[in-house]
Amino acid sequence: MTTVPISPDSSPSVVLELIYRLKVKDAMTSGVVTASPESSLRDIQRLMKGNAITGVPIETQGRLVGMVSIGDVIGAFDSGTIDKPAGETMATSLVTLDAEMPLSFAVTYFDRYKYGRFPVLDREGRLTGIITASDILRRLLIALNEEIGRLEENMTTKQARDEGPLPLIELSFGTAPLDFAKAGTASQRFKKALVEKGCPPPIARKAAVASYELELNQVIHSTGGIMRMRVYDDKIEILARDEGPGMADVELAMREGYSTANEWVRSLGFGAGMGLPNVRRVADAFSIESEPGKGTSVLASINWERPH
Amino acid sequence: MNIHEAASAVDAEIVQGSFQESELTGGYTSDLLSDVMGHAQAGQILITIQAHRNTVAVAGLIGAPAVVICNGRPVPEDMIDAARDEGIAILRTDFNQYEVSGRLYRALGH
Repeated sequence: MTTVPISPDSSPSVVLELIYRLKVKDAMTSGVVTASPESSLRDIQRLMKGNAITGVPIETQGRLVGMVSIGDVIGAFDSGTIDKPAGETMATSLVTLDAEMPLSFAVTYFDRYKYGRFPVLDREGRLTGIITASDILRRLLIALNEEIGRLEENMTTKQARDEGPLPLIELSFGTAPLDFAKAGTASQRFKKALVEKGCPPPIARKAAVASYELELNQVIHSTGGIMRMRVYDDKIEILARDEGPGMADVELAMREGYSTANEWVRSLGFGAGMGLPNVRRVADAFSIESEPGKGTSVLASINWERPH
Repeated sequence: MNIHEAASAVDAEIVQGSFQESELTGGYTSDLLSDVMGHAQAGQILITIQAHRNTVAVAGLIGAPAVVICNGRPVPEDMIDAARDEGIAILRTDFNQYEVSGRLYRALGH
């Protein structure tokens, strides 16, 4: 993979999005080590040492009833209560998080309550996990790495696709089979966008003719497709790509007067076998690819000079 | 000759009158919309019996400021709506395409 910088166009707000998109359950540690209120603090200290953890939730019959932190254990050594049951000294007024909350809540809680960890409850109020500040940071790092990977992939595929300057305008519209009510929408939008960019009417018209014929072809013949216009400094590219059915004989389809349109389509004034020839006539560059069962892709390019 | 003058030259009813008056440079007569796309010029009035909204789309794309629907064909509501959005005049006359073409040709002093 080629190394590309993260697009400066994509906003760093992705970081904010992440803490809203991710949930507490995405970052928490599940399979939590717990103890009962009857366990001695010494037992709990061993649990902490054995599992390399710094806090143990205290549960009774699946219900969270308290929390013992490493600070509590150290305090118990100091005050000689290390062999007392946890139930006597544990913290019982607990601040918990819900597993379904956005991660942003957890971030806020760490700021607000200054605890090192929060127990996480599921919908039924049962303990399902525990979350620490480092859990959050680790999860965010993973998510950011994924995000960077996605950005880089987008950029490399985009580069591979373009291998050239970015278009001044890029517009795409979908077409649906036999949807004559919407037919022409893409072409009208293309033409308007060109006129707004200061494109001379005769050139905007050429682009509109090419686009409209291709759009109508998709509406009449295809199972639906995409109309895309890209405008560069020196040319206007109209791409029509559909998903099928494709044509067996492209040369025949290019012949003036050849048409496979039905009577109904013809009664609307289309299907006279003039579409593709019209496109080729107005275009300065024209290419067509088609394969039965795959679909058809037509690229028409019209030269122009961007006004300064 | 402008659009209103063209309408009276062919005894047409203006069924979509929300448009900017403009000078016509000529006309193009065809019921094949692909033919219109291929050959009509901007500024020409389109003379046709194709009374549906796709005609408006074609007129808009090629720059025809007005469409004459011949033979008194009914103009559907969605065609009028589309034409209003595009600012294209829709005229309707009982004359056929030949008669309309002849009258406009003469009125334009060709």
